[in-house]
Amino acid sequence: MNAHWDWNYVHEILPILGEAALITLQATLLGFALALVIGLVLAVCRMAANPLVRHAAAAVVEFIRSTPLLIQIFFLYYGLPEFGLALDAMLAGLIAIGLHYGAYCAEVYRAGIDNVPRGQWEAAAALNLPPQATFRRIILPQAIPPIVPALGNYLVALFKETPLLSAIGVLELMQTAKILGSESFQYTEPITLVGLYFLVFSLLASALIRLLERRLGVRAAPRS
Amino acid sequence: MPANRTGPTGSSPAAGALAAVAILGFAGGLLVSSFAGFRDFLPELLRGAATTVQVAAGGSLVAVVAALLATTARLYAPLPLRWLAVAYVELFRGTSALVQLFWLFFVLPMLGISLSPMTAGIAALGLNIGAYGSEVMRGAIEAVPRGQWEAASALNLGRFRTLRRIVLPQAFVAMIPPWGNLFIELLKATSLVSLITLSDLAFKAQQLNQTTLRTVEIFGIVLLIYLALSLLVTLAMRALERRAGRRLLRGKEAR
Repeated sequence: MNAHWDWNYVHEILPILGEAALITLQATLLGFALALVIGLVLAVCRMAANPLVRHAAAAVVEFIRSTPLLIQIFFLYYGLPEFGLALDAMLAGLIAIGLHYGAYCAEVYRAGIDNVPRGQWEAAAALNLPPQATFRRIILPQAIPPIVPALGNYLVALFKETPLLSAIGVLELMQTAKILGSESFQYTEPITLVGLYFLVFSLLASALIRLLERRLGVRAAPRS
Repeated sequence: MPANRTGPTGSSPAAGALAAVAILGFAGGLLVSSFAGFRDFLPELLRGAATTVQVAAGGSLVAVVAALLATTARLYAPLPLRWLAVAYVELFRGTSALVQLFWLFFVLPMLGISLSPMTAGIAALGLNIGAYGSEVMRGAIEAVPRGQWEAASALNLGRFRTLRRIVLPQAFVAMIPPWGNLFIELLKATSLVSLITLSDLAFKAQQLNQTTLRTVEIFGIVLLIYLALSLLVTLAMRALERRAGRRLLRGKEAR
């Protein structure tokens, strides 16, 4: 065991962690793409005319947001095989992350869509556009740009939750760092490096979001 | 850490969703309790839940204290302390809660500081949420109109007294809903401590799952227990908000 910082060891593990970082990035981007789609579906369901659909969507969103992502990951990874649907760890993790952040994104979409003036719907109706086309061609293009920064904040949040995938053995950064640590009994370097990696990327992403905010001329809700 | 939940403030759609969740939870509970033999693992899970509550309560305390210190340092302390506070907030908001937890649990012993899993869990989660909470507090304090400071100074109140008697009570009301969200985030994040061998609800679930292989029932119950705890936090914060709001109003009426 070594209490000091060992640069040789750092050089040795850096390429391994670099590869794992790619998996983390992959999980982040795929998970977020999934969250964006699921979020939109949930948001549309929450505004459906049918009260049953509306309340069911609201309950699903509230339920997902009120329970820990880790348990949801376990539930999907260990539970789905009982229904004859065995997923590999990465896929189960991605679906869990997509669902979890989809529920958060649904609220953001809803805020965006609610903010489009009612007159837009009425004008489209007056021009004889069917509701579906109105939603897709008129409402969404106006609803999305203002919420881009808020969605960006969730991208950063999602990125920071990908280490949870290590709990079901996905070989992303955290899991790799843990394995490296248990092999050499030197936890200091791998875990600190993982922390630095997250810090650098989060700060970069925050700066990017701020830039985007300025470009779009909108302000995100503060990261509370 | 996701944060921008619509606050637990009592807007009517949120109340509707809350009712829907309560109904869903109740139905789910009935469904789950109809599973045969669930009595076998419920006591064990409840013991885990007690640990979860313990970590959440300890973490909340650490979070509030850390947030208070960081906010005070950031707004009113001399420069080096201010930088320290900024560094703390950015460090803990910029990295994963899990990485922080592992760092405290695996790396600190290498530096000669060994923490028990419970202490490491409470410290890591508390410091993590505290960093977010400090931004909430700063926002709430800065949102109190400048005129309040000016009026207080016109009335010859000192800086500290103005802060304590005029600004903080108003900021307090504004920061209750975001803190409610943070406490729920904290409660959910306590599931991470299962990964540093603390036998909380998530840990017990894993353990029971490995021995009984009744995955869906066990994790179903666990999800419902977390949901119930979250609802409790939401309700408590809403009650607190109502009380604090009423007291502020009474002050206005008295004038």
